[in-house]
Amino acid sequence: MKEQLQKDFNNIIKNLSLSQKDIEIKKFYLDNFINRGFPNRREEEWKFSDLNQIIKKNIGELSFYSDYTSTNKVDTSVFVDGLEHNKIVFINGRIEKIDFDYEKKDKIEIIDQSESINKFNNNNSLSDLNNAFTNKSFKILVKKGYQFSKPLIIYHTTNSKIWSKNINLRLNFELDKDSSLRLIDLFNDTSEKNFLNIFYNFDLKENSVLKNYKVDKFENKNIKYSFNNIQQDKNSISETFILSSGSNFFKNEINCNLNGEYSSAFVNGILSLNNDKHHEIRTIINHLTENTKSYQLIKSVLEESSKAAYQGKIFVNSKAQKTDGYQLSKAILLNKDSEFNAKPELEIYADDVKCSHGSSSGSLNENAIFYLMTRGLNYHQSRELLINGFLLDVVEKITDSEIKNLIKNMIGIKE
Amino acid sequence: MDQRQKEIDNLKDYKYGFSTDIESTKAPKGLSEEVIKFISNIKKEPKWMLDFRLKAFERFKQLKEPDWQKPKYPKIDYQDLYYYSAPKSMDDKPKSLDELDPKLLETYKKLGIPLQEQARLNGIAVDAVFDSVSVATTFREELSKLGIIFCPISEAIQNHPELVKKYLGSVIPTTDHFFATLNSAVFTDGSFAYIPEGVRCPMELSTYFRINATNTGQFERTLIVADKRSYVSYLEGCTAPMRDENQLHAANVELIALDEAEIKYSTVQNWYPGDKDGKGGIYNFVTKRGLCKGKNSKISWTQVETGSAITWKYPSCILKGDNSVGEFYSIAITNNYQKADTGTKMIHLGKNTKSKIISKGISAGFSDMTYRGLVDISSKASNSNNYTQCDSLLMGNKCGAHTVPYIKNKNSESSIAHEATTSKISEEQLHYCQQRGLSAEEAVGLIVNGFCKEVLQQLPMEFAVEAQKLVGISLEGSVG
Repeated sequence: MKEQLQKDFNNIIKNLSLSQKDIEIKKFYLDNFINRGFPNRREEEWKFSDLNQIIKKNIGELSFYSDYTSTNKVDTSVFVDGLEHNKIVFINGRIEKIDFDYEKKDKIEIIDQSESINKFNNNNSLSDLNNAFTNKSFKILVKKGYQFSKPLIIYHTTNSKIWSKNINLRLNFELDKDSSLRLIDLFNDTSEKNFLNIFYNFDLKENSVLKNYKVDKFENKNIKYSFNNIQQDKNSISETFILSSGSNFFKNEINCNLNGEYSSAFVNGILSLNNDKHHEIRTIINHLTENTKSYQLIKSVLEESSKAAYQGKIFVNSKAQKTDGYQLSKAILLNKDSEFNAKPELEIYADDVKCSHGSSSGSLNENAIFYLMTRGLNYHQSRELLINGFLLDVVEKITDSEIKNLIKNMIGIKE
Repeated sequence: MDQRQKEIDNLKDYKYGFSTDIESTKAPKGLSEEVIKFISNIKKEPKWMLDFRLKAFERFKQLKEPDWQKPKYPKIDYQDLYYYSAPKSMDDKPKSLDELDPKLLETYKKLGIPLQEQARLNGIAVDAVFDSVSVATTFREELSKLGIIFCPISEAIQNHPELVKKYLGSVIPTTDHFFATLNSAVFTDGSFAYIPEGVRCPMELSTYFRINATNTGQFERTLIVADKRSYVSYLEGCTAPMRDENQLHAANVELIALDEAEIKYSTVQNWYPGDKDGKGGIYNFVTKRGLCKGKNSKISWTQVETGSAITWKYPSCILKGDNSVGEFYSIAITNNYQKADTGTKMIHLGKNTKSKIISKGISAGFSDMTYRGLVDISSKASNSNNYTQCDSLLMGNKCGAHTVPYIKNKNSESSIAHEATTSKISEEQLHYCQQRGLSAEEAVGLIVNGFCKEVLQQLPMEFAVEAQKLVGISLEGSVG
């Protein structure tokens, strides 16, 4: 893999006009990645999902070079109907379209940051990989007091032109004081056997509100890793919803630092898997100051020989008195071959806190099915009804009604 | 006022902090094949036992000391420890209690061990371990009438080699982790108990451990085998003299329950925790593991951990037999600079296996407490279930409480439920108690005892009283 990395890296450097210093920095990250390789189960955070093995098994040899010189045709059929929205379209990792039709142009700024590299402190070799190989990175700045009137949908599309490729993406968002943004990440792949490595950085200033919905619904054979790093100032709110279902492997990681008083973070997730899919959600919520709140709810429904994992950590440092931190994970195993692993973790250094976590896993309640069947539903319908009810709980946590309906339609939950 | 202050100061000082001046026979310092042969030789062990030790030592040389635990400690120089020390008076073994070194008896008396008449009255058979060699075992005769073997393991190796050979290392193999392997290589003594088929042990078996000579890592080895349809309750209580240097304690405890047998293992651990600035104290790195080998068997661990500078242990159950049950009840209290990383592992292998974990952690002062546990339901363990509850109580914002559960479910017919909470003693509760005339300290003691009640209830009567007192003593000076 080492030669491949070196070769692809040199190809990329050739196509980018970077200063000597930036090349040095990128080289540094490349060397870091070469040293460490893909994360494996010996690392605590990857205990339940050995990415190294998964890539070996599903993809084999990866290539890290993509030709970004030619454009791809934007397939408008993937766009969401019935919801007016702004768009950013990624095709095979290349930004093809940025469209903020519904917003005031002077309130949003899109800054090309390809030259500067910002660090991610998630202590994992994938950030090194991302740093070494991202070719373009943008910062989206929402100016003071501006509230997005329509949601922004980022389409992550891949087509059959790519195969066994590693794609690295990076976006930075800054929400200035009193601003708000609704952001949907929609994954839509027609490609196979690629590894997507996505890093988002959110900087939430005072009173700002971020709602991020990550929807991985469409069946595909790709492997994905997404990392959201969220920094929150006073009074800010972040809401993250994850629907993890379509890809062969998907690991979503959220790192949220509650730096300002009265800031709060909500993470809700659904892992709905079949076949031999393997998905994971890992969250780290750091309560760093007084009066901060966090709530997490993760539900999994596992069919066939699928595997899901949830690792959640609530960290409360000694200054963060009056913290509320709640975490709940529930899983239904529908098949004897399915597997659910969890590591809900609390690390607490302050005494005036209310923190709890709960985790349960088991099968569908046969008594409930029996009850429904006595009311005239058949076995299949009863099962469906129970699972829908189980998942609806999470969907109902979505605070935006437009998007809630969109997601309900996507999952096919009827009320 | 002065008088009261004095009393408090007296209490704060370690209650059992004294050491007896007895000449010791020591093995040469350090860890080597020679030292292991020395230990084996002095204990007149058969060859298979020496081979067992040497095999473990070979393995030990390849192992690296683990470092993933939460409490960090200064590096231990394993070549700077004595691996064997025995009270000298052991050279010609006493025939009865009266022949024992009076100083030794005095030590036990201070500890309140009912070694002589009290033992009979209390119905406790005591296998007192002073440093590393068992000194006296009472009630053995009475037990032997029932066919129960309860003796120091070194005697068991001589007299019951077939049992020891069969079961020693069957739950904690010589190839296990660092400290367990170290123990397998150099263990000096410990208890052995065998309960024959169909026998219900009429009394609580009990061992009091003491660590005495400075720089002697104490390596106990306990093996309890409960044959078919038998029952035994085993008590382990520990206190240690005050010393400045850190002392290592790496014991191994193996439990084996055959068909329909039940083992109840209770521990009250109150070793020297170091002074209030975190100097000194015992390192308690113990491997405890129980195997529910037979159908319908049950193993239950109950522990009250209040002592030691660092406690690092996970009493575990391997639920291999169908319908077997594993239980773990724990109270861990850390104060001052104490650190604890403790919990359990429940490994479900058989069908219809059940496990229950109740863990209560209390941290005060500058201490740090971690619950770390594993619940693993394998794909063959159909219809199994686990319930875990771990609650933490924090006193002050200089201490920490952490929960790190690992939950693995590979069987869709099985269910796992886990819940954990962290909180502090509410002002309302304190206020209410104080209003009724309790001092702040008494109030805290009362509330904490209530918090721990679920676990304290599991302890045998004799222990429960002691443990309750211990809970109060351990938290002294942590409020206000």
